[in-house]
Amino acid sequence: MDNIIIYIETEGGKISDVSLELLTKGRTLAGELSCKLEALIIGSSVEQHTQELFSYGAETVYIAQDKRLEHYLTLPYSAITIDLFKKERPQIALFGATSIGRDLAPRVSSALVSGLTADCTSLEIGDHKEVKSGKEYRNLLYQIRPAFGGNIIATIINPDCRPQMATVREGVMKKEPLKTPVKGVVKVIETKDIIKPEDFVVEIIERHIEERKIDIKGSPIIIAGGFGVGSKENFNLLYELASVLGAEVGASRAAVDAGFAEGARQIGQTGITVRPKLYIAAGISGQIQHTAGMDQSAMIISINSDPNAPIHQIADYAIIGDMNEIIPRMIKSYKLNSK
Amino acid sequence: MTKKLKIVVLAKQVPDTRNVGKNAMKEDGTVNRAALPAIFNPEDMNALEQALRLKDSHPGSVVLLLTMGPARAAEIIREGYYRGADGGVLLTDRKFAGADTLATSYALAMALKKMQPDIIIAGRQAIDGDTAQVGPQVAEKLSLPQVTYAEDIVGFEKNRLVVKRRLERGVESVRTPLPVVITVHATAPECRPRNAKQLMRFKHARTLTEEQDNEHNSYLPLVSPESLRIPEWSVADVGGEESHYGLSGSPTKVKKIENIVFQAKESKRLTSSFEEIDMLMSELISSHTIG
Ligand SMILES: Cc1cc2nc3c(=O)[nH]c(=O)nc-3n(C[C@H](O)[C@H](O)[C@H](O)COP(=O)(O)OP(=O)(O)OC[C@H]3O[C@@H](n4cnc5c(N)ncnc54)[C@H](O)[C@@H]3O)c2cc1C
Repeated sequence: MDNIIIYIETEGGKISDVSLELLTKGRTLAGELSCKLEALIIGSSVEQHTQELFSYGAETVYIAQDKRLEHYLTLPYSAITIDLFKKERPQIALFGATSIGRDLAPRVSSALVSGLTADCTSLEIGDHKEVKSGKEYRNLLYQIRPAFGGNIIATIINPDCRPQMATVREGVMKKEPLKTPVKGVVKVIETKDIIKPEDFVVEIIERHIEERKIDIKGSPIIIAGGFGVGSKENFNLLYELASVLGAEVGASRAAVDAGFAEGARQIGQTGITVRPKLYIAAGISGQIQHTAGMDQSAMIISINSDPNAPIHQIADYAIIGDMNEIIPRMIKSYKLNSK
Repeated sequence: MTKKLKIVVLAKQVPDTRNVGKNAMKEDGTVNRAALPAIFNPEDMNALEQALRLKDSHPGSVVLLLTMGPARAAEIIREGYYRGADGGVLLTDRKFAGADTLATSYALAMALKKMQPDIIIAGRQAIDGDTAQVGPQVAEKLSLPQVTYAEDIVGFEKNRLVVKRRLERGVESVRTPLPVVITVHATAPECRPRNAKQLMRFKHARTLTEEQDNEHNSYLPLVSPESLRIPEWSVADVGGEESHYGLSGSPTKVKKIENIVFQAKESKRLTSSFEEIDMLMSELISSHTIG
């Protein structure tokens, strides 16, 4: 009762990073609330992971093991999670904001009629006073997330319903094992009693790795490279920055023509028009045919070694210098500051 | 033998948060939400296309839109008509106001019980909230299976629908019985354009509310024929527990909202030194522009 349960995801026989990050955060929250940190893991052979979960602070590990549960399936996985939450009544339940967590958590929250906040970037404990009734709540989970396309930051609470549920994206929170693992306990969930044959009506017929199509238009942050990037290999720096910022990579026509990037990434008059909240232009001179496709961006950062490059004139921040030095510094600084 | 399907597409009218240009900025550098145009949620468009494709391959099928929102959200139903849908319902009632995803799902589920579709298709998420919760919650409320992140609804195989899903690191194909709730990912094909004939035919489709408002809209014909009436459903029409709707049916509450301040126009010049870059990155993080 009243503990914190982290839903543990596995992938390729390993615990996902996001689950370990949630356990790390969960330890702090459990400390503030003086409650226990617990973990739920579901799969076909998952007991091998208990030691690692203990070393991240899980005091109880609930294991649901069944050969039919090798791959994630919405219905049986949610049946097990709902059943456990009904019995254990956690005050907080956290899931990774992965394709699994974002499929499972809403289903569970609907069945339990408890609130759920997606993609939190920060979780804190705090109090709340209801303005109308004057009712006071202590030790609620503040679920903090960007909303409205990243234009506002909202703090969400669930005053009355339990568990308070949230999903968090991978990489947002820090991951840190304990120096000495806790001496936790394992509790085995009898899956036979919970899942029904009808829970397997949706069958997986095939799965394979397939690259995602490029989707620049939908991205709130774009890192674009131009001819000044110099080579296809140097473009990897832009992909690296994009991956830490959750951004997409765009390109000027000269970069596309030189074979540095795919045509689908071209921004400008003969490419696509974008208006992200942040546009970083590296090694792009800023010819009108390019800027026509991006000058409405909410914020522009230009990186160009030529102090007179026209791109600097439309930038909010103009960095004069070599992008090969600047981009790695941005990545380093982001990693230092973001956690 | 092909079957005739009844397909309902869940669609939402949203402010266009992806195109926050400089002209949607207020003096203080925050976004003027009222200045953003209202659009058909992009992934709901992908969902509509999947529904229309099923209709193409299963002649005699019907595609209807279901949208919840204020009176002006009737535009969603008209847009659906223009692209080949057969109609739709606007779910509208003051009692829906303040709904979080759970209360929204409850309202949609109640309307869907009345509509009795074989397939419910929604966009994965709406760009004003990006939660991706409504699809799965509607499925749970109706005790139906769910197939999320669909990239392609492939077709039937032994009475079961095959759907290709887009996951983080690959794709997965599943087979599901009907009825089912499917959510569609942005990587699915774009929606077909408006059809000129449909546009001419349905641009006068109106809800009763819009007709009654017509005195202010003198360019519209006064009364639309019965066939062009867009139905409006309220809580009274779909039934259910009043306490499950709107604010009272919403477990989550917004405690605080902080507007993000984007940089003012004046440009700053920086050198490539780590100190200056570090200062810029910290500023971007603390203003929530990144991170
Ligand atoms: C009809 C027409 C349509 C066009 N449509 C498009 C379009 O859709 N999109 C588009 O982009 N272009 C388009 N163009 C081309 C456009 O005119 C420019 O030629 C192109 O945008 C230039 O690309 P660039 O800025 O990458 O290259 P360049 O102009 O060659 O600029 C390279 C820049 O990189 C800088 N640089 C070099 N090395 C470094 C370094 N190490 N670090 C930092 N900076 C460095 C240089 O100072 C220079 O400013 C079109 C042109 C025409 C005629």
